[in-house]
Amino acid sequence: MATGQTFDIVVVGAGPAGLAAAIEAAKRGARTLVVDENNKPGGQLFKQIHKFFGSHEHRAGVRGYDIGRQLLDEAAKCGVEVWLDAVVHGLFNQRLAVLREGRQVTVEAGRIILATGASENAVAFPGSTLPGVMGAGAIQTMINVHRVLPGNRFVMLGSGNVGLIVCYQLMQAGAEVLAVVEAMPSIGGYGVHAAKIRRAGVPILVGTTISRVVGQGKVESVVLATLGPDGKIDPQSERTLAADTVGLAVGLTPLTELAWMAGCEFFFSPKLGGHLPLHDDNMLTSLPYLYVAGDITGVEEASTAMEEGRLAGIAAAESLGLLAAAAAAADKAAVRQRIDVLRSGPFGEGRRLAKAEILQQQALRSRQGGQSWKA
Amino acid sequence: MRVEKHPVLGDRKVGRMVTISVDGAEIEAVEGEPIAAALLAQGMIVMRKTPRFGEPRGVFCGIGRCTDCAMTVDGVPNVRTCVTPVKAGMVITSNLKGGGE
Ligand SMILES: Cc1cc2nc3c(=O)[nH]c(=O)nc-3n(C[C@H](O)[C@H](O)[C@H](O)COP(=O)(O)OP(=O)(O)OC[C@H]3O[C@@H](n4cnc5c(N)ncnc54)[C@H](O)[C@@H]3O)c2cc1C
Ligand code: FES
Repeated sequence: MATGQTFDIVVVGAGPAGLAAAIEAAKRGARTLVVDENNKPGGQLFKQIHKFFGSHEHRAGVRGYDIGRQLLDEAAKCGVEVWLDAVVHGLFNQRLAVLREGRQVTVEAGRIILATGASENAVAFPGSTLPGVMGAGAIQTMINVHRVLPGNRFVMLGSGNVGLIVCYQLMQAGAEVLAVVEAMPSIGGYGVHAAKIRRAGVPILVGTTISRVVGQGKVESVVLATLGPDGKIDPQSERTLAADTVGLAVGLTPLTELAWMAGCEFFFSPKLGGHLPLHDDNMLTSLPYLYVAGDITGVEEASTAMEEGRLAGIAAAESLGLLAAAAAAADKAAVRQRIDVLRSGPFGEGRRLAKAEILQQQALRSRQGGQSWKA
Repeated sequence: MRVEKHPVLGDRKVGRMVTISVDGAEIEAVEGEPIAAALLAQGMIVMRKTPRFGEPRGVFCGIGRCTDCAMTVDGVPNVRTCVTPVKAGMVITSNLKGGGE
């Protein structure tokens, strides 16, 4: 094992949250390292070729991959060190075990910020393991990053923003989308995205699911069925589409393994995607050296991920004594205000309440003097 | 199939083309792209069969988490082809026999 290196702050994940955190920390004088298992930095941003929604301040109208590039340039200017093709697979107090380009190294950190994002959910139905059934994220990476279409005729399961956007991008790449299938009685994603694919003639079938996928050794057809009022498949309603590929866009779950390993306190929030590391309004967990930011703290958006990253970066630098309390308070207040704006409005409301619940839980547990809550 | 033209991304920039061998057949691939992308571009979607029941598997997660895309690369078994870049002359086998191993 290579001898350990020491950094003031180590950030795990080079997505929007991790890069923004590293930039803020490095700007304030922290020796900062960002580690990502991919060989391309940017996290989810690099496969997103659509113009982002949100406010002007949050670069709405800019395409995802351009935001990623801007963050990377800024990180380089601030002197952030970035390790790619480097998986963090262990976290033992303030020491991280990293498999970097095939070699084991350990890294010591004054503070650690986890910004590992989220992973796609899978769903099982007869035939769901056949080649040709893929995660929507895998499809998006193939078409937008590697410029390869994994099939010709697609059915997408899930009408949230991910399902809708990936369908639109499939059509841009020249594929045929036969249908978007949604078990819930209404479309999950934003109206603008749904309208775009409907205008292109793709039906969005609500109250419907995939009852099975059929094929000899690969997907050859997809059987759809309507769900009855009891939530069960109505066999009378079955019909078959001649698709060769099925995309699964059935939600994301925060990637929290390292936080579990570190042993910080957790909280269950169905609205935000599952079990999340509990954190305070500085993004600090129940461990005094461990911060979290972005989708790992609840699946939201790139814009909120960046702001949470900034907050964590500033707070971590402050806790290392790199800036005065008054300056830190002003910087953090500005970020928190922007976060509130992002979570306002009809789409942000649910997330705002779910996030507020996390802070309330944290306050409650720290008042009760939770064993590990040392902050 | 490769996406040559794109309304947002423009024409595909052709990287260095190299040759790799897959189950004895020579195929063209872009150096540095994931092996799985090169195979999908050729319409090869079955990457392996499960050892016990011989069920086919192909790319599922595309980010190195599910291992459905594992193949033997230059003699090394169980390599996740969705996160392993193509190098010229790679020899890849798919373990398509599966079952009863
Ligand atoms: C199809 C789609 C469309 C979207 N559209 C929008 C939009 O229009 N506007 C918007 O605001 N948001 C959008 N989003 C959401 C946005 O992309 C995410 O919320 C955001 O990327 C989350 O940022 P993050 O930094 O938390 O995580 P990620 O971007 O997921 O980055 C996490 C990084 O951590 C790395 N990592 C994880 N574990 C480890 C480990 N153990 N060791 C090393 N590295 C590790 C990963 O490789 C990854 O690079 C969209 C998402 C999708 C899927
Ligand atoms: S497709 Fe899941 S590991 Fe490669």
